[in-house]
Amino acid sequence: MIIKFKLNGKEIVKDVPVHKRALDFLRDDLGVLSIKEGCGEGECGACTILVDGKNIHSCLMLAVELDGKEVLTVEGLKDKTIQNAFVEAGAIQCGFCTPGFIISTKALLNENKNPSSEEIKEALEGNLCRCTGYLKIEEAVKLAVKMYNKGSDKK
Amino acid sequence: MKIIGKKVKRIDGFQKAEGSAKYASDYYFHNMLYASVVYANVPHGILKNIDVSKAYELPGVVYVATYKDVPGINKFGHVIKDMNFLVPIGDKVRFEGDVIALIAAESKEIAEKAAKLVSCEIEELPPVLTIDEALKDEIIVNGDSNIGFHRKIRKGHIEDAFKDADLVLEMNFETGYQEHAYLEPQGAVAYYTPDNVMEIYVSAQCPFYVHEDVANILGLPLNKINVIQTETGGGFGGKEDVPSYVAAKPALLSYLTKRPVKLIYTREMDIKETSKRHPSKSYFKVAFKKDGTILGVKSKTYLDMGAYSTLSPIVMYRTTVHSCGTYKVPHVFVDVYGVYTNKVPCGAFRGFGSPQVLFAIESVMDEAAKRLNIDPYEIRLKNTLDVGDETATGHKLTSSVGAKKTLKKVYEISNYPKLKDYVKKYNETNKFKKLGLGWSHIFYGVSLGSGGQHLDGASAEVLIQPDGTINIMIGNTEMGQGAKTTMAIIASEILGQKLDKISVLQPQTLVLQDSGPTVASRTTIFSGNAVRIAAKKIKENIIGFLSNYFGVGKNEISFSDGNVLVRDKIFTFEEITELCNKNNVKLSEIGWYKTPKLHFDHEKGIGEAYITYTFSTQLSLVEVDILTGKISLKEAWVCHDIGKVINYDGAIGQVHGGVVQGMGYAIMEEIKQDNGKILTDNFNNYIIPTIKDAPQNIHVEFVEEEFSEGPFGAKGLGEPSLMSSPPSIANAVSNAINKRISKIPISMEDII
Repeated sequence: MIIKFKLNGKEIVKDVPVHKRALDFLRDDLGVLSIKEGCGEGECGACTILVDGKNIHSCLMLAVELDGKEVLTVEGLKDKTIQNAFVEAGAIQCGFCTPGFIISTKALLNENKNPSSEEIKEALEGNLCRCTGYLKIEEAVKLAVKMYNKGSDKK
Repeated sequence: MKIIGKKVKRIDGFQKAEGSAKYASDYYFHNMLYASVVYANVPHGILKNIDVSKAYELPGVVYVATYKDVPGINKFGHVIKDMNFLVPIGDKVRFEGDVIALIAAESKEIAEKAAKLVSCEIEELPPVLTIDEALKDEIIVNGDSNIGFHRKIRKGHIEDAFKDADLVLEMNFETGYQEHAYLEPQGAVAYYTPDNVMEIYVSAQCPFYVHEDVANILGLPLNKINVIQTETGGGFGGKEDVPSYVAAKPALLSYLTKRPVKLIYTREMDIKETSKRHPSKSYFKVAFKKDGTILGVKSKTYLDMGAYSTLSPIVMYRTTVHSCGTYKVPHVFVDVYGVYTNKVPCGAFRGFGSPQVLFAIESVMDEAAKRLNIDPYEIRLKNTLDVGDETATGHKLTSSVGAKKTLKKVYEISNYPKLKDYVKKYNETNKFKKLGLGWSHIFYGVSLGSGGQHLDGASAEVLIQPDGTINIMIGNTEMGQGAKTTMAIIASEILGQKLDKISVLQPQTLVLQDSGPTVASRTTIFSGNAVRIAAKKIKENIIGFLSNYFGVGKNEISFSDGNVLVRDKIFTFEEITELCNKNNVKLSEIGWYKTPKLHFDHEKGIGEAYITYTFSTQLSLVEVDILTGKISLKEAWVCHDIGKVINYDGAIGQVHGGVVQGMGYAIMEEIKQDNGKILTDNFNNYIIPTIKDAPQNIHVEFVEEEFSEGPFGAKGLGEPSLMSSPPSIANAVSNAINKRISKIPISMEDII
């Protein structure tokens, strides 16, 4: 089936087999390698992508479902605030889960400019990390919020 | 110190945040094939026949390999070669994850389909599934007896201890499996190139193990194999020996097809086939005086090795040495047995056989404190090691013993007396929710010790480019723990170049000498020292040249903050390296570090077990819901004596991650099996901590009792960061419910 969608701001038109997962299509066919497969069943969040602003596990989505949608991965993030906050806060160790966490954070901050600790935990519960113990990840999200607020103060 | 111990951003952080870090699965080659694996799927039996004809009929299948295709030695095993790579017809299947055949196909889908078309006939045998069944030795799993290995300590006269004791405690303990659950599953891409070099891109902790093991399987000389370490998405011990078993699969298929072959494990394959933390059963009998002084420890511990010995005999060495905890014990009688069963082979996992017995001995300490009416803090302070004391193996400690300081630090930062009071009052007024406080005080023998000293050397190459940027290649690996940043900090401290000008490369086995495994919390000492030595040599080369060139004394030249000061003139580091390069100054050096020889009697278990020890204390505050059995770790206070903090943020990260992974082991994670088959084979049923399970806070402090051999005095932290957590949490739960916990993971039934 021929699908047409926007990937990180770029129009893509491609013929894809109907059974192909979005994860495999984006990685193997389009080379979007920030998306990682950690479990293949929507439990770990390493394959999280933003589809029309919502965070989705791309291992549970078919490529054909991308038709007409707008997809964002960390490769397409023009604003590096969240990424900088993760580095600054020490929220990255092995890094395999990191792009997924960053995308989930982006989805959260799109909706909620000033999340509480509880809201951060709620938003990131679907992303697993085995290295950091999560405390620095929560700190990174709060730091990103602080960096955004500082930015908007200046304006 | 200019940069050692300061808070710095990890040097590979942004690359990981922008998704450009390349893990094994991110390697794609032209004309690449995909591999799949045919498993036995029965726990015990004899392989009678393999039929690959149907698989070959499927279009797109390029090769189906069986044991007949293995050109070299079809066996694995670090201590004894008791595991087949591919099970031969007529030989035994010993666990469900034994491998019968390998497929190489044009796509992942075809490879997976073809795997289902290989049929194998297995005559099933009754499996041995528990330690108790194995000990009967009625059905033999492997070798001549199911008790494959035995290690011991014999010190003093244990019966004297019991005779002189005011209190003798006899307690039994059980611990379960733990799955590493690194987020990146195992995987490798192999390419047997037209110039006959086997290139292997692999997620691993020990590329040199992969190097040697693949050479044996393929019968190739070592200089025809290049193991290229990719970014590695977590290891925790799970990528110590296992990547050899993983990488050999695409390596064989690539050898046979002359095409690149990729094999990335699914989570299910990974959990089913690869190593775990050993389940254990322990029996402890410990003698105390009225004042809490330990007189003697008698213990017997069985570790469930699973079907093959893999690293178990080495794991057992650590179990043995750590059986008495971080205490002075005059009379010691310790036995540790490794037992074969028809289940997944167990191996290395952060702590390496010590968490099982540390849980036991730390529970005993708490129970003794309770019976003797001594505070759990005081009983530890009374018995802990200090300079001049001997460990349970009779290793006299002459320096770098910060054990007491870690205890005192935790007491102080937790405001313990006040906290105890708060918990008491809370529990008096709350009927269904109880708080509990639990101490643990542990030690960790750093690096491989006397059990593996033949592997204890490491190499590093430091190369300064003409533009002043620096490349370092180390023989140990970055797997998330922050080794790259730590190495860059050490080089920056010595050479004065700024951190952002330094890159650290993952090892390649054709470039560097075998540097041993990246395990046993040894990287900071071994690779760190190798980097220190290499950087110092280059610095001497530069100083020698500058001193001549400018006619100044060597002591008039100094390096810091990206600059070089020559008497009173400041140059940028780049100006100096450009000048050096034009004048043929040697700007690359190799550093090699090995430890002094340890003396240890393996028959008695007596002697210098390890080069040095890390000492750690943790206090945990838990909340237990008496009605639901739910346990939450609310807060933890932790202090480690690691000699010297080099990478501050990295060290904090290790402790946070270790505490939470240890919490998972103690209260959440459980491998469930049915007839030897793992049921909990993904994250929907093997439950690891999420952000919601993490404690509100983990307060971390470090003690720096310098280790003279360590780089700038550093020891190791990777494993103790986990090890303090399970006993502390279990003791806290016991404290909350006023009932001794003797099994981890703690289940709902243990509470309600």
